[in-house]
Amino acid sequence: MDFELTADQVALQEGMRAFCAGRFGIDAVRGLADQDGVERGAWRELAEMGTFALRLPERDGGIDLGWADSVLVFEELGRALVPGPLVWTNLVAGLVDGAASGELVVGGVERDDPSRLVEHPGHLDRLVVLDGEGAWLVDMAEVDVEPIAAALDPLTPVGRYRGELPTGERLVDATGVEALRQQGATLVAATLLGVAEAATDLALAYAKERVQFDKPIGSFQAVKHLLADMFTAAEIARAAVYAAAVTLDDPVVGSVARASSAAKLTAAGAAIANGKTCIQVHGGMGYTWEVDAHLYFKRAYALEPLFGSRESCADRMAELLSPVG
Amino acid sequence: VDLRYTEAEEQFRKELREWLAQALPELPPKPESDDWPARRAYDTGWQRMLFDAGYAGINWPKEYGGRGASLTEQLIYLEETTLAGAPYVGVNFVGLLHAGPTLMAEADEEQKRRHLTPILRGDEVWCQGFSEPGAGSDLASLQCRAVRDGDEYVITGQKIWTSFAQVADFGELLVRTDPDVPKHKGITWLILPMDTPGIETRAINTIVGSSEFSEVFFDEARVPVRQRVGAENDGWRIAMVTFGFERGTAFISDLVETNRMIGDLVMLATRVTRGSATAWDDVALRREVGHLQAEMDALWAMTKRNLAQAERHGVPGPASSVVKVYYSELLQRMTDLAMRILDRASLSRDDLGELASGRFVEERLRSTSFTIAAGTSQIQRNIIAERILGLPKG
Repeated sequence: MDFELTADQVALQEGMRAFCAGRFGIDAVRGLADQDGVERGAWRELAEMGTFALRLPERDGGIDLGWADSVLVFEELGRALVPGPLVWTNLVAGLVDGAASGELVVGGVERDDPSRLVEHPGHLDRLVVLDGEGAWLVDMAEVDVEPIAAALDPLTPVGRYRGELPTGERLVDATGVEALRQQGATLVAATLLGVAEAATDLALAYAKERVQFDKPIGSFQAVKHLLADMFTAAEIARAAVYAAAVTLDDPVVGSVARASSAAKLTAAGAAIANGKTCIQVHGGMGYTWEVDAHLYFKRAYALEPLFGSRESCADRMAELLSPVG
Repeated sequence: VDLRYTEAEEQFRKELREWLAQALPELPPKPESDDWPARRAYDTGWQRMLFDAGYAGINWPKEYGGRGASLTEQLIYLEETTLAGAPYVGVNFVGLLHAGPTLMAEADEEQKRRHLTPILRGDEVWCQGFSEPGAGSDLASLQCRAVRDGDEYVITGQKIWTSFAQVADFGELLVRTDPDVPKHKGITWLILPMDTPGIETRAINTIVGSSEFSEVFFDEARVPVRQRVGAENDGWRIAMVTFGFERGTAFISDLVETNRMIGDLVMLATRVTRGSATAWDDVALRREVGHLQAEMDALWAMTKRNLAQAERHGVPGPASSVVKVYYSELLQRMTDLAMRILDRASLSRDDLGELASGRFVEERLRSTSFTIAAGTSQIQRNIIAERILGLPKG
């Protein structure tokens, strides 16, 4: 048993972090809000980094990595608040031509989602629709979407589709769609973990520099304990996310359904709580558009419902605990 | 990252499981909880069985009677013994999990030879004399005095929260040897023989009605200088070694046990009725149980991560405070949930007929100590904030 990252994984993590720092600094990310969150050039650069082709075999232009590596990449994407339907495009990279190369931007929805909302509608080429029978590929040209002026997260624009979604072309069957949901939950959890960490880092830097009563506010126990809780929440989530990824790679070590639910639940909880506390630690400034704290808070909520809310993860855990019969 | 156990580890698990299956039925009946001599006999008897079978001190070096195996095997040992319902370490807790590891790291060869194997064999029971009425969270302000007189220290003062003092042979004792220097620099770590004249112990009655803690009073008790571990006035550093172990790996069996209790709680919820249905049919309660299990799974993954780090770097890092603070609060939420599931059945600490409810009620009471003992949650948060996050001391 070895729960530490390998040298290759550390290199992957550092490489992705450096790439995000260079290409997706917070100012650049804020700038993307003017382009509805996705810019084709940046999307292609993400593809060139291997973001979408991570687990594809080398002969298909992939880098032949596993889930344990994938979560490290998505953690960094979350940390940098990189916008766009990253998880969906990654999930179906082996099923949809053009997704891995960054040529197509692919989003997704659950067919029975009563909100009828779809993220990044203006940029999607294809839409993956999940239902009880399988996953289906729909051409966005066939979907009639009405844009919504004000989205919760300025970097996650949404639209509302009218009418029934087309049936589309079947990508996977009913068994496959359940696996897809668990994989999606794990990648979203990794992204949320990154958000939780970045919110902690931002609050921590401010607590060290902001002076009140002639001292950095981080020297007061009331503030210290907020930061300790942020760190704790993120570390617990990290363990759950890495464990879920390892379970996906090697299902012998546990239940994928259980591990992905635990990862999603703890990471969503950590990201939302840490986003909120990041605003709190910044005081009045945390309530301003200028300070980045709200971006973490909003992204956390924007990601939380994807592939199962915290409540549905808890219900899933309870179902798995339920005595048979 | 690899969560698979090796073939050798799986083999170890299999052999241990087989041994437990034949050893556990041989155990005598469990003694009454307030019969301390009987509890000592029971716990040390079990420890002796483990020793004879080669399962005492899994990760202790062979030269001191241990198995010389890895921390992963220690983890497997804790998983298997807890799942099999084997006795808890009981009165051997301090010796096996605090004093023993500290002696291994800091004592001289003679002291190690004198104490380590007897601890593993269940021949020696230890207690801890650290806290004082005036020195709780601010442990370094301890006042219990030790004045050098020739080859002896003469000790006067008081200790509190000393677990198992009434049956211990030795105590790990922190005393003030220099009152004129900054508080952390005048403390010494002693091996205290509990039969030293001038020591009086008085049991404390806890909110559970139990008596595992005592106050210990010292009236010019004389302890030979050769009983000192490390240098005079270097005791604080040595005590910190103990805390690392205490917060790092000492909670693993509690975690396994709590995980098992969540499963038992589900069974209980299916038997507690609510009108025409059961508590388990209550969607809100079920969801809370599911939520707790998700957090528990995450915490277990975190524990494995910490263990992997400890295995690689020798000692558990400050991240053990993260586990401690999270686990203790999770346990309290779990026991509160149990009370709500039990509803009026929680008024009784005895099981109600077929309903195995008493343990959950008692655990609700007992769990309040978990955010206090081994460093309060407030102190743990200070440690996380200052030592991990680098925030300035207040």
